[in-house]
Amino acid sequence: MMPDLGKYAVTVLSSYGVTLVLLAGLVALSWARHQRVRRALQQAEARTGREG
Amino acid sequence: MSIWEYANPKKFIATAQRVLPWVATGAAVALIMGLIWGFFFTPDDYKQGSTVKIIFLHVPAAMMAINAWVMMLVTSLVWLVRRHHVSALAARAAAPVGMTFTLIALATGAFWGQPMWGTWWEWDPRLTSFLILFLFYLGYVALWEAVENPDTAADLTAVLCMVGSVFAVLSRYAVKFWNQGLHQDSTILKVGEKDPLDPAYYWPLAVCIAGFILLFVALVLLRTITEIRLRRLAVIEARERLGS
Repeated sequence: MMPDLGKYAVTVLSSYGVTLVLLAGLVALSWARHQRVRRALQQAEARTGREG
Repeated sequence: MSIWEYANPKKFIATAQRVLPWVATGAAVALIMGLIWGFFFTPDDYKQGSTVKIIFLHVPAAMMAINAWVMMLVTSLVWLVRRHHVSALAARAAAPVGMTFTLIALATGAFWGQPMWGTWWEWDPRLTSFLILFLFYLGYVALWEAVENPDTAADLTAVLCMVGSVFAVLSRYAVKFWNQGLHQDSTILKVGEKDPLDPAYYWPLAVCIAGFILLFVALVLLRTITEIRLRRLAVIEARERLGS
């Protein structure tokens, strides 16, 4: 299944590895921040009795 | 119905939340399909060997690194002219996404350049202008963080965005302006010319580009919702402090 990347295997796999780590990190951080802010706003609105 | 209705934060969030799952699913499907197609099912290039598979990461990331400035420029101009807060926050939300794409383009370019050019880095017009573009992103994000008043921050970053956008255009056409570097001219726009990209690479690349575009849209929507909520949270907390 794995293609034969020949002498450039490290180069190609490193490119894919770095890209996937950066993209996964960006998505994970964006989602975690989104959830954290959503919860904080819900709590603040519950405290004050106001809604967005 | 007018597009300016979406300047209302509640309306924007409601619409973005409806659209987001579809865009995110489309991004995931296109990226998984495009990258599997490109990595597993494309042949080696007769000159570049298996390093040609880096094209499926490098080109879409570089395209979006530049095109993110177009989106940021439009939303920044809308802020400057019409003072819609959602617009300024959308520009703010897009910057870290564009910055990450720029970093991917720089990293994959270095990995690709080492075996093909014999160097990880060269002060070539395209490479250098991309590094400066990355620094513009860093400056833009830092400026948003540094200025306490959100409207002042939006004004200042909008001006910086205009300068950054000019640089993004320069970066896009750097190869044409200064035809003396290592980096080649655009690959995919050569279709129909004498040296087009082979269809074996063109179609998986098109799917990957669609995946990167959809991922950008999904992340900008998600992060804009977060920025709007953060702004509202700050208002509530300020009111609480005044009331206590």
